Amino acid sequence: MHTSSQLSAGYLREDPLPAAPPAQQPRGRCIVVTSGKGGVGKTTTTANVGVALASTGARVVLIDADVGLRNLDIVLGLEARVRHHVLDVLEGKAELDDALVSDKRVPTLKLLAASQTREKDDVDTTAFHAMVDQLRERFDYVLIDCPAGIEKGFQNAIVGADEAIIVCTPEVSAVRDADRVVGLLGDRVKITLIVNRLRPALVRRGKMLSVDDVNAILRLPLLGVIADEPGVIVSTNKGEPIALDAASPTGDAYRKIAGRIAGTDTSTPEIPREASFLDKLFGGQR
Amino acid sequence: MLEFLKRIFNPEPSSVTARERLRLVLLSDHLALAPDVVESLKADLIAVISKYVDVDAAHCDVTFEQQESVVAMLANIPILGMKPAARAPRPAPPVLRQAQDDMPPPMIDTAPASAAIADAPDAPADAAVAPVAAAAPKPRRRRRRRASVNAAPAH
Repeated sequence: MHTSSQLSAGYLREDPLPAAPPAQQPRGRCIVVTSGKGGVGKTTTTANVGVALASTGARVVLIDADVGLRNLDIVLGLEARVRHHVLDVLEGKAELDDALVSDKRVPTLKLLAASQTREKDDVDTTAFHAMVDQLRERFDYVLIDCPAGIEKGFQNAIVGADEAIIVCTPEVSAVRDADRVVGLLGDRVKITLIVNRLRPALVRRGKMLSVDDVNAILRLPLLGVIADEPGVIVSTNKGEPIALDAASPTGDAYRKIAGRIAGTDTSTPEIPREASFLDKLFGGQR
Repeated sequence: MLEFLKRIFNPEPSSVTARERLRLVLLSDHLALAPDVVESLKADLIAVISKYVDVDAAHCDVTFEQQESVVAMLANIPILGMKPAARAPRPAPPVLRQAQDDMPPPMIDTAPASAAIADAPDAPADAAVAPVAAAAPKPRRRRRRRASVNAAPAH
């Protein structure tokens, strides 16, 4: 285990990167959650997949790479506990361990928040990569919440990742942007797909692209499908990721996604079913 | 009016419209992002046409245009003269039509190109044109190539 002094951020500038220890210690997986288009649910996906993975006992760190528009902390309900952010660490103003926020609900989950008052161009790509590599020595999963767009913030977020989850809603704009991002990620990165905000009733009536329509274009391994349902909004309102809700079908969908990432669930992703009349009558969340 | 009634009684689901629009726009996107593919297509096209006529290879221009329901390839290929050998039993591909004899060298306007090529069965350019004609699912390979051209994630 590393001590906190070893992890002092100063090394990022003073010393060359400590060489990764020879392969006896397996490195954690670094997965970037990205989409190109904004507003498709990257942050919500990162939060819930992270929570679901950590709930199985895996050590998970979530990095909010959306510098300037920090949101992962508030979606997770950890906004009051953030003391330092990612740029503090990269610039040596805070120790990495001090900047990692713990989640009482899920002991193996940590958050490294983005800086709200800074810009994406302030992030040094090499230093960010080095920090990700350092975290991979200590965590089973490093999940990076990528900012929208394909500029510097995107490049920073993907630099250390060897896997990517594309979040795409069934909309023409989201699919087009996802296609572009897939092209930018290239062959180096293993890419999977989460179709977010599907409305089964609209798909049935021919008013929304289906999962098959989306994936006929993107042609990616499907990790899961998340319904557009009030529970997700309510959980975000409360700062309680829906993946923590054992009774929620959407929470279950996130847990299955986590299982597929970990390789413990080999089932085919389910397409969310339409809410029945009774669901609507009694299933309403507050 | 007829269109209006048709729309009321037999509306096309908007998801079908979305699918079709996406297919077209992505085809254009990919063509725009794959200059090397377009270049090699252009070279093959010139090679095929050169079998029949002398063309001004330096001033050939191949572009893609999104039209109503197709992405059309527009090849602007100046012709310098006929080749004697071109008087073969088979006539030149029917879509190639001679432009008027104006001052600039005569042009060949081939649109849509897929139809033009399909009419010349011995044309060796089939492979290069295939991605354009087979508009629907895009081959995985092409995206890879595009990625190598386009994406340069900094390390």
